[in-house]
Amino acid sequence: MADATVSTGTSQRGWYKRNEIAVTPWLFLIPGIIFFMVYVIIPIFQSFYYSTLSWDGLGQAQNIGLANYAELWDDDAFYTSLRNNFIWLALYLLAIPAGLAIALLLNQTVFGIRLYKSLFFFPFVISQVVVGLVFGWFYDPTFGLFNIALGTVGLGPINVLGDEAYVTYGIIAAGLWPQTAYCMILYLTGLNAVDPEQIEAARLDGAKRFKMLWYVVIPQLKPATFIAFVVTIIGALRSFDLISIMTNGGPFGSSRVLSFYMFEVALSEYGFRMGYGAAIAVVLFLIMLIFITYFLYSMYNEEKGR
Amino acid sequence: MHKFLKASTAALALAVAATGANADGHALSGDLVIFSDMSNPAPRAVMEGMVERFGEMHPDLNIELTVIDREAYKTQIRNFLTANTPDVANWYAANRMRPYVDAGLFEDISDVWEGTLSEELASTKGAMTLDGKQWGVPYTYYQWGVYYRKDIYEELGLTEPTSFDEMKANCQAILDSGRKCYTIGTKFLWTAGGWFDYLNMRTNGYDFHSELMAGKHKWDSPEVRATFANWKELLDMGAFVDNHTSYSWQESLPFIVNGEAAAILKGNFAVAPLREAGLDDSKLDFYQFPAINPAVELAEDAPTDTFHIPSGAANKDNAKAFLKFVTSAENQTMINAGDALGQLPVNSKSSVDDDKFLLEGFEMLSSNSPGGVAQFFDRDAPAEMAKVGMEGLQEFMVKPDNLDNILARLDKAAERIYK
Repeated sequence: MADATVSTGTSQRGWYKRNEIAVTPWLFLIPGIIFFMVYVIIPIFQSFYYSTLSWDGLGQAQNIGLANYAELWDDDAFYTSLRNNFIWLALYLLAIPAGLAIALLLNQTVFGIRLYKSLFFFPFVISQVVVGLVFGWFYDPTFGLFNIALGTVGLGPINVLGDEAYVTYGIIAAGLWPQTAYCMILYLTGLNAVDPEQIEAARLDGAKRFKMLWYVVIPQLKPATFIAFVVTIIGALRSFDLISIMTNGGPFGSSRVLSFYMFEVALSEYGFRMGYGAAIAVVLFLIMLIFITYFLYSMYNEEKGR
Repeated sequence: MHKFLKASTAALALAVAATGANADGHALSGDLVIFSDMSNPAPRAVMEGMVERFGEMHPDLNIELTVIDREAYKTQIRNFLTANTPDVANWYAANRMRPYVDAGLFEDISDVWEGTLSEELASTKGAMTLDGKQWGVPYTYYQWGVYYRKDIYEELGLTEPTSFDEMKANCQAILDSGRKCYTIGTKFLWTAGGWFDYLNMRTNGYDFHSELMAGKHKWDSPEVRATFANWKELLDMGAFVDNHTSYSWQESLPFIVNGEAAAILKGNFAVAPLREAGLDDSKLDFYQFPAINPAVELAEDAPTDTFHIPSGAANKDNAKAFLKFVTSAENQTMINAGDALGQLPVNSKSSVDDDKFLLEGFEMLSSNSPGGVAQFFDRDAPAEMAKVGMEGLQEFMVKPDNLDNILARLDKAAERIYK
């Protein structure tokens, strides 16, 4: 800084005064950095370390190198979980177009629109556990509304949550309900920021309906889309509560995802294999890392572009 | 947290002294910290009652009781056994306590068992013994068996089966009347373990079953395949309710209450909710799972709940006195009565409450279970094996044709777990 040279002659402003501008931001960051280190960064490296152990959390830990990963390599349950994770990732993204559609529908001024907006937002407010329970009853093969509805159009009862072919899709559908509401609210705020002059100009140029949406509105919603994408990907990867409530991973483990499988082997009633759980956590972390890198990269680009 | 200080009235102390429940004869002083998982209303009242009575016997003893939610307890126990250790803690018998025994977290209390206790508690001593030593005491256990709709059996002119053929014939008659034979909810897996326990013990006998649970036999063996073949006969008949993978055991009860299914294989804890739902003793009855292979002796499942002393406990002498008090004949009669736990006392000198199901269960376990008494699938097998196993059993019940696959998977898991 310029005044550093000035101050050399005159005597003795304190060290802090001299470095105030450089130091102050770090002082404010310290609490955040400490917590981020203790609760996020250090545990990540601990997980890497634990994944090389055979440890039940109680007794003596034994270093077994990469044996946990070798076991993962031909563990059918692991591949089931991995496959389900990708199904979740792909289908959960449907929340984005669905949220946009509802947001466009609700982005108008008619009487009572605030009530409609709140009602559509409602599923995001209630707990995931409640969503899981509600959908569990909805799918109930004997008494559930879903099968009663199917019955009226002459289709036989489907045991959605008890059939390995449907179970993951059934849970994702339940998860989409609150996630769509979340995306909707992101787009509703985004739509407020859409420039009316550009709409006007486009209208004069004869843009209508889909073309208007695709070439004028959606590009302006890019920040909202980005955030919706981020929260949806993260939501899909940490899907746990719905699975735990609706199926407990069943039937015979076919609705597990990695996070649930990790919980089962490391922390549930029937397993305390910390090392194996940590190995699953590492794999999940690597998958997340792909997305994290992409998010950070695109955020960096955006900052640079300004 | 409940604190029961020495405050007790002279009258009550006199009453206790008169009953002679003071097993040790001398009064204790100091502290006694108890962590309990008896969090449901009835067990909680029992636990608090025991602490109160023990406190009256030892007015100088300062007892602290902490009751923890039964499910949460299963994970918390790992923390409090290593730090902040209580003097007495609840847990389960057999292999379910092995991790803590192996880790040196449970105290060897063989000295408590010496003498009269071993005689009075002979029926459950085996379940408390690992490596030739005893690691805790039981406080209650309950029988398993088939609870059935008596009125439906009477309507169809059926009697309690005594052989597998009769069982199947009964089932066919029930199916022909438009009902299912057995209700079951396998969402949480363990209910299927009960069926496997019984089918395997009846097909191959108690010894084979317990060796299988201990990892001494292959799953892909002719014996185990015979068990699954018997099970498949029932599955092929359509004996079980549809869609059982979607239900917990509680959610499977309406089928038997509504008469859509005629029976359920379950522990005695099913009686209370079934009675509450309106099945009185004229509609609900019990029979022992019938013999399948006449060459093997009958054996039963009777899960045992227990008290242990953690090895880090500070007041071990007080804890041992409490354990003796818990297992005393009189206390056993009291806490297992129909208006308390409603289960079976572990002490042979106790009396069983005058309840149809308790009496039948007690009779069955004491005189008609010569083969032995098992704990339960997920308590006899190590926890990880139990999990993989029960998942396989559930899959078998839905897709019996996957048997080869399932058995191969279980053997692979067993190879790692029992090494």
